[in-house]
Amino acid sequence: MTSRWKALLALATLLILLPWLMPNTYVLDVVNRIGINAIAVIGLNLVMGYAGQVSLGHAGFFGLGAYASAILTSRYGWPPLAAMGAGMVGTGLLAFVVARPILRLKGHYLAMATLGLGIIVSIVITNESAWTGGPDGMPVDALRVAGLAPAGEFQWYWIIAACLWLAAWFAGNLVDSPVGRALRALHGSEAAAQSVGVDVARYKARVFTISAVFASFAGSLFAHYVGFITPQVASFLHSIELVTMVVVGGMASVHGSVFGAALLTALPQLLAEFEGWEMVVFGALLILVMVLLPRGLVPTLVRRLRHA
Amino acid sequence: MLELTGIAKRFGGVQALAGIDYAVSAGRVHSVIGPNGAGKTTLFNVITGVYRPSEGTVKLHGEVVSGRSPDQLARRGVARTFQNLQICHHMNALENVMVGAHLRLSQRLLPALLHLPGLRRADGGCREEAMELMRFVGVHEYALRLAEALPYGVLKRLEIARALALKPRLLFLDEPAAGLNPTEKGAMRELIRSIAQSGVTVVLVEHDMKLVMGVSDHVLVLDYGRKLAEGTAEEVRANPAVIAAYLGAGAAGATLQ
Repeated sequence: MTSRWKALLALATLLILLPWLMPNTYVLDVVNRIGINAIAVIGLNLVMGYAGQVSLGHAGFFGLGAYASAILTSRYGWPPLAAMGAGMVGTGLLAFVVARPILRLKGHYLAMATLGLGIIVSIVITNESAWTGGPDGMPVDALRVAGLAPAGEFQWYWIIAACLWLAAWFAGNLVDSPVGRALRALHGSEAAAQSVGVDVARYKARVFTISAVFASFAGSLFAHYVGFITPQVASFLHSIELVTMVVVGGMASVHGSVFGAALLTALPQLLAEFEGWEMVVFGALLILVMVLLPRGLVPTLVRRLRHA
Repeated sequence: MLELTGIAKRFGGVQALAGIDYAVSAGRVHSVIGPNGAGKTTLFNVITGVYRPSEGTVKLHGEVVSGRSPDQLARRGVARTFQNLQICHHMNALENVMVGAHLRLSQRLLPALLHLPGLRRADGGCREEAMELMRFVGVHEYALRLAEALPYGVLKRLEIARALALKPRLLFLDEPAAGLNPTEKGAMRELIRSIAQSGVTVVLVEHDMKLVMGVSDHVLVLDYGRKLAEGTAEEVRANPAVIAAYLGAGAAGATLQ
């Protein structure tokens, strides 16, 4: 069995055991939010960790998915799965169209352009209050499929866990394929990738689109799970959170993404007792991680274990 | 198979190449030589699509390819190595070579996302071929090592293996012997010969005269972006203009090693 399957099996085992260890529904709720974030982070890691391109606007895609689900189900009566699918297709199309001009840029310029994209989405959501409810947000219908809707954190947990495992499986497959190899190659050297026939612009657009679809799906899931969304989901701060999860968990590591999402979603809750100082402690922890474990938590630990 | 007519390349006010006519015929080893700054690498970059020529045309098998991008040239069977190594350091050596087979594997997303058996089989075949190529260039023992941990000489050969994984008809080697010790240079000469014998047309840019004279069927000499001379190794070696360019005008009568 390859190490990739071992890791996927370990993730499955963890996901199956986890809910039985939860002391109360509050903790299970945090775990569910971790799972949803992790799906978006796995997608973002494809762009950042594997293909080596920055995106500071991914919450925009998350927000588009969330509001597509909210608007299409609540205002137009679409079935939730159709709304979710439409959100993914729409977000994917938008990402594909903007990817070509944006991803010609490199480094800081690319960061600025994706930042701008995220902010535009966030502003549109805030201002189009006739559809989105504006800054006050809007309620979202239950995730009803064939007359059944999940009720409570525990039922939701299994849905999110299954989606998360599938997202990890898809991402791992992609990385392990010729397409993934081309992406990693253009990260290493665009000149080399081009010299063996990789259409660099096309591949960047593809991975950007795929990761936008991951984010949109996670956004839809979030909207139905929480039942009420505000433009916060598409905010710049949320984009930064997603990027931080990738970096702390580990660039180019699917399971690192899950870990990064877990740490950064749970930490603010755990730090709540520091009352007002939680962001300071949070920032200090991040700085420590980056100084001591610059590759991110999971890749560094894997490396240590292999050499031990 | 490759034909250049009136190629010129200017960077702002700098004339890097002017009026180059050059033909590469199939199945032979061609060298491009010249002092530093003569325009050798610029010529390579024009042919392989990195630069668009300011004037003139590049024809490959009768098709005008000037202005095409490097990946489009790769599709037409043109592979290359780089003077400044272009290696993916975070991938292992074998994966670096497998990237070279990119165009021969399915690039569709759905089979990749679902890890379909057909794609897995094709990828496994590509892995075998890459291993075979690594053996051919003599670096197979490093296959599973991360590229960042490998010595320079190995990486130079790894680039050649990657280029060969494209199954090219035309292979451009940019200074294959630079930075190698005398033993490694000798081995590189043998490698270039065996690549040529396998039916790949080779064009190399090189400073090492011993290597150039030892492997080349045809030599092109550039100086200040212009063609100074061309012909067989012997003809070029005896050409007074070439000797003057290399050794200075006073050295007429001396011979190139």
